[in-house]
Amino acid sequence: MASVTFKVWRGNKEGGEFKEYSTDITEGMVVLDALFQIQADSANDLAIRWNCKAGKCGSCSAEVNGYPRLMCMTRMSSLPQDRPVKIEPMKSFPVIKDLVCDVSWNYEAKRRIKKFKPRKPDAADGTWRMQQEDVDRVQEFRKCIECFLCQDVCHVLREHHLHEHFIGPSLLVYTAALEMHPLDVEDRTEDLRKHQGIGYCNITKCCTHVCPENITITDNAIIPLKERLVDKFYDPLKKILNLFSGKS
Amino acid sequence: MPNVKRHIYDVLIIGAGGAGLRAAIEASGEGIKVGVVCKSLLGKAHTVMAEGGAAAAIGNVDEKDNWKVHFADTMRGGQYLNNPLMAEIHAKESPARIFELEAWGALFDRTKDGKILQRHFGGHRYRRLAHVGDRTGLEMIRTLQDHGIHQGIDFHMECTVLNLLKDGDRIAGAFGYDREKGRFIVFEARAVVLATGGIGRAFKVTSNSWEYTGDGQTLAYDCGAELIDMEFVQFHPTGMVWPPSVKGILVTEGVRGEGGVLRNSEGRRFMFDDIPEAYKSSTADSEEEAWQYTIGNTEARRPPELLTRDHVARCIVREIKEGRGSPHGGVYLDIAWIKEKLPNAAEHIKRKLPSMYHQFKELAEIDITSEVMEVGPTTHYIMGGVKVNAETQMTNVPGLFAAGEVAAGLHGANRLGGNSLSDLLVFGRRSGEFAAKFSKENGKAAIDDRQVQSATRAALAPFERAGGSGGSGVYQVQQELQDSMQRLVGIVRTESEIEEGLKVIGRLNEQLAVIGVEGNREYNPGWHTALDLHNLLIISEAIACCALMRRESRGAHFRLDFTGKSQELARVNMVVRKDTDGRMQVSSEAIVPLTEEHKQIIEDNK
Repeated sequence: MASVTFKVWRGNKEGGEFKEYSTDITEGMVVLDALFQIQADSANDLAIRWNCKAGKCGSCSAEVNGYPRLMCMTRMSSLPQDRPVKIEPMKSFPVIKDLVCDVSWNYEAKRRIKKFKPRKPDAADGTWRMQQEDVDRVQEFRKCIECFLCQDVCHVLREHHLHEHFIGPSLLVYTAALEMHPLDVEDRTEDLRKHQGIGYCNITKCCTHVCPENITITDNAIIPLKERLVDKFYDPLKKILNLFSGKS
Repeated sequence: MPNVKRHIYDVLIIGAGGAGLRAAIEASGEGIKVGVVCKSLLGKAHTVMAEGGAAAAIGNVDEKDNWKVHFADTMRGGQYLNNPLMAEIHAKESPARIFELEAWGALFDRTKDGKILQRHFGGHRYRRLAHVGDRTGLEMIRTLQDHGIHQGIDFHMECTVLNLLKDGDRIAGAFGYDREKGRFIVFEARAVVLATGGIGRAFKVTSNSWEYTGDGQTLAYDCGAELIDMEFVQFHPTGMVWPPSVKGILVTEGVRGEGGVLRNSEGRRFMFDDIPEAYKSSTADSEEEAWQYTIGNTEARRPPELLTRDHVARCIVREIKEGRGSPHGGVYLDIAWIKEKLPNAAEHIKRKLPSMYHQFKELAEIDITSEVMEVGPTTHYIMGGVKVNAETQMTNVPGLFAAGEVAAGLHGANRLGGNSLSDLLVFGRRSGEFAAKFSKENGKAAIDDRQVQSATRAALAPFERAGGSGGSGVYQVQQELQDSMQRLVGIVRTESEIEEGLKVIGRLNEQLAVIGVEGNREYNPGWHTALDLHNLLIISEAIACCALMRRESRGAHFRLDFTGKSQELARVNMVVRKDTDGRMQVSSEAIVPLTEEHKQIIEDNK
């Protein structure tokens, strides 16, 4: 059993500082286990958001040694233990207290995305037929656990604070899941361009690197959405045809 | 009450897992004002962790399946203590609830002809579980969430309800606080639906999240509703056992559905050694027959690993106790062996069980496509809970409804895997429908300020007791309760141990009344734990009292001092209520009888 020192950010929206705690680490422990020990022993009111502790709900997002991680899936053995482990809240959102941030913006922005609209049922009993390979592509996006780590790492939100103009990688994944859904007939391309700021993404792929569900966010979700936009709004052939047909 | 914020709803739903969201969608469709209160962020509730699938007799894979077979399977699994009317409604309505999810955007795995694929699960005669790999719960909660946010429902995230408010006999609303600031809130409501889930946090080893502290059961009990079947706690046979910090995390039954086998340290497939009489004729008698079943040979019978959860859990405990366990106190679960049968086994496993692959790789550094897993029982689900009317889901308190895990009746003494996800859809919808109806047929209820004042005082009391034990006291009480329940009221029970458990609960109640918490009301987990402990202690007492009274072994309840079944106890449910002095009272009550039609269906499907 080894004792490890943690530097945990404590504070609220008015400000805060890193405080040091030490706790004993046993085999197989994850960062969240260590924080629970600290909470029970010496920081009873340390605020942590968590739920399943199994990597399935995406609640315990924070920055571990500066890297956006789920604390329940970060094994202590994966971190260097000769120096303090630094734990702080995500940076793209306002802090509420200690490691907990106000992520409500994600929920509001999601509600503004046009909802699922299926085509008419394929069978008389009101059901649909879909092939597994068509479903597979979208199932990748539907693995998203809404941990918002990709939103945290995205420089458009993190450094430029363009929350008003850009929905971020997580919600682009959500939009891609709707747009590529085999049954969906809604069109969200206009919104993506005008209100959801897809153009701000310059494909640095940071989001893909931090995704705990290994969703290939940039290549499989964002780039295909950008291509749809290009096809729809910037296709030179279409432009010429539109010119002749009198459309603008 | 100037310091208390007020919200007014026709229907208030407490909990935003599958049952709560489905109830909210239904109620909002009635054109009334609906509010949802949830302890966590939206979409994080425990439903998200459900893995294997939702049981519905759609018959896409096995055409012979229909609601009658599903009904008979559910009753047999519950050892006939189930409310047969609930089991009938559930079996009949599940298919429509699954199709509805597809219309709202859910993407289930498909058959070759493009329909919803269904998989094997324990206790189900046919392949019946609609699923999405091993993350069906995530697909369901996300579908309901993404549909629900467009229905004009108000969501109060990270809010905890502490008390239900009454106007005479009927429900009038709820009192609670928001986590962020600790501000108190009164929700006025004509009808309230409890959809708060289970009680797993009363035990040390559990697959349940922190939210599962028996809130709904306690809220109902405290305001005069009845609880039944509280002795029936399901210990899922396969939880992770190593490393210690992940002990209890669920390993889906889907692993066994896809061909995973259980072996002891001698390499023996011990599930063949003890097959209950009621399942003898439907269980394979060779390993080859079991495999044939797994790959869809309809002539073959089921592998013994897919017997009901109560039985599999006890067989595992037996192997461990008799010295044939794995190094870390479990048994082996092996899915990698299917490579002897399938050419592309590793890919098949990763596709069918992606989160299991991920979970073992990340948390235990084990590759399940080439190595065996170590597993053991983990507290998973409570069959018991709030007693409700089978059709409306209303409790004996007018205007108070309950649906999903917090309600009782459907599962009897043991729940079949897959029946929970369909339960919360079927009865979530019904609770929403009938709560809306109640709100339309009944006028506004009055909020009694004295009830609000006394609830406020009780909520703040832990701060006034600060000092003495210091702030760590609440965590110690919680840990001691979990240790004691695990040790004394767990999988194998005896009278003397249960009585010892009740003594510990009594002592912890006294401790809780004097220990305080540190800090202030803003997002303070110490304070939250102190408030949750009231609920955990109430439901622990209810579980222990019922377990004491059921002097037999049936379903998930196993008594070492009464290993057989009692004919007399086969006809009763245990009922828990609060008497006028505030004490817990437990009595037995006759079960809901089977109709002639039910009897015939059960006979036909023996």
